[in-house]
Amino acid sequence: MDKETLLDWYHQMVLIRRFEERSDELYQLEGKIKGFLHLYIGQEAVAVGTIAARKKGDHIITAYRDHGHALAVGIPASQVMAELMGKATGAVGGRGGSMHLASKERTFWGGYGIVGAHISLGTGMALAEKYKGTDNVCLCYFGDGATNIGYFHESLNMAAVWDLPIVFICENNKYGMGTSIEKASAAHKMIDKAKAYKIPGKQVDGMDIFAVYEATEKAIDACRKGKGPQFLEMMTYRYEGHSIGDRTRYRPEGELDKWRDEKDPIATLQNHLLQEHKVKEADLVAIDKKVIKEVDEAVEFSDDSPLPALDTLFDHIYPSNAEAN
Amino acid sequence: MARLTLREAITEALREEMRRDENVFIMGEEVGAWGGTYAVTKGFLEEFGENRVRDTPISEMAIAGAATGAAMAGTRPIAEFMTINFAFVAFDAIVNHAAKVSYMFNGQFDCPIVFRAPGGGGKQLGATHSHTPDVIFAHFPGLKVVCPATPYDAKGLLKSAIRDNGPVLFIEPVALYTSPKVRDEVPEEEFTVPLGVSDVKREGSDVTIITYGEGLHVSLDAAKALAKEGIEAEIIDLRSLQPLDMGPVIESFKKTFKAVVVEFGHQTYGIGAEIAARLQDEAFDYIDAPIKRVAQYDVPAPYSGELERAALPNADRVIAAVKEIL
Repeated sequence: MDKETLLDWYHQMVLIRRFEERSDELYQLEGKIKGFLHLYIGQEAVAVGTIAARKKGDHIITAYRDHGHALAVGIPASQVMAELMGKATGAVGGRGGSMHLASKERTFWGGYGIVGAHISLGTGMALAEKYKGTDNVCLCYFGDGATNIGYFHESLNMAAVWDLPIVFICENNKYGMGTSIEKASAAHKMIDKAKAYKIPGKQVDGMDIFAVYEATEKAIDACRKGKGPQFLEMMTYRYEGHSIGDRTRYRPEGELDKWRDEKDPIATLQNHLLQEHKVKEADLVAIDKKVIKEVDEAVEFSDDSPLPALDTLFDHIYPSNAEAN
Repeated sequence: MARLTLREAITEALREEMRRDENVFIMGEEVGAWGGTYAVTKGFLEEFGENRVRDTPISEMAIAGAATGAAMAGTRPIAEFMTINFAFVAFDAIVNHAAKVSYMFNGQFDCPIVFRAPGGGGKQLGATHSHTPDVIFAHFPGLKVVCPATPYDAKGLLKSAIRDNGPVLFIEPVALYTSPKVRDEVPEEEFTVPLGVSDVKREGSDVTIITYGEGLHVSLDAAKALAKEGIEAEIIDLRSLQPLDMGPVIESFKKTFKAVVVEFGHQTYGIGAEIAARLQDEAFDYIDAPIKRVAQYDVPAPYSGELERAALPNADRVIAAVKEIL
């Protein structure tokens, strides 16, 4: 992997982290963000490393912890932030909020708030590509908690029966809200659930962006070659609570520190850049500064943006039939 | 012109749309090799092949959800529920996803799906397989809900539904599928019937009967009997429950000043309640009598035939309701 690409990954991961930290402040200290807010801090390597492996036309669909994916597909931070603040200039015009970011031109179909439901939508996107005979694939993300709902099982089975080009990406952060895998799931390894549907699965160190990228590239390649659905279990960790207001009392003491101190995905990539690519520390600091400016500008843009006009309340209930054939 | 049953009209609409647009395909339980449990898609697998006529696992959540994703990604799926009772299992996919993606993502995404669902009771299938839950689905903005009562409307409405860029729940009254009484002339040349437009099915000046689906035929029978006594009922077929076209209803009511709503779903919170509320809102000064409701009694469908029929609307109940307010 060339240095420029790695610096870009570093930039994206730092952007996600700073963006999330700032969002947390805007919610808790300034009251500018309302509703739900699920932060992606700790899991940055998964969104950035997987999305780096996709080509144009491949679909991205994920659950409600979607800010990282939205930034990684290239939605400008200003539009993501404006959406969190409910502004007209937001990624979806203030209609979706934190859980429902999306961008058609980037084939990023959203953020979905109902656990597991979008796994069936992603399966349908893969079905559409197979139907049309393209070599596009779908990257479908969900948490470990979603593997216990019916949508997950029906979708995996359907995708396997029809050999659909979909990579199921389980972001295993050990907890579904506050309930640990051990308490909620009979199978402790998520890949074992995929195995039941004869879907090849692999556990991946989700804190190591190189491992994430490599595994995703292989899985996508298998899909494109018509080998049917693939399953990746990204072992990762969410540093913050499930959502704002979660004080994470369910975690054993020291667990977070251990992940953060020993496995942090940004620190891991940073070390790699410094040692293997002889990047100067000053260059990374420059990126950090650039990101802070980017986030500041995103907040400024959002502050200055108008709220959605009240006379748009009823727009888009139904899709336009202007181009219906 | 050919004389078609309701089911034949639906089959024709599906076949013609699939021939017309290669993005249209069918997925559902037993739609392929079996030919559809009600034989609606008989011969389709042979004509269109496995890619376009997809037998699915028994997975209603995934059928509705995958159809939604496939629709967003540029195809035009027709997802068939074996019966509307099984759509309950897929309720989230239908009302919380298919019906939401346009609005929630600010109009970026189309979602051209038709959910086909045979519905209604009277076939001695017991409490879980005999629902007329149409109104529940019509409650949610974002989902169009259509239910034809005649072969002509069935063909024309289904074609419009398939060509619509948003999700449409197309409810097919099973009791009418092969009924000889419902058989009707259907033009062979291309035509469509617009969604969201009510239709006057019988003219009259004494009372307005508002109905749809199976209710139309019960109402027509009642009107025929009433006419012998000199009472002329005007009958409005709603055809679409969402969007609901009140135009012809209000117009008729302003002429008759009296209304009876006939529906096969349960009475409580039914279409009748909605129509009555709108009439008092929009035509209060024209109300001459209580607006009556003839609906399925609020009881789970029993198995035994006579007992089940006792819960459902019939012409006698419609006649009694009309006479009560004349």
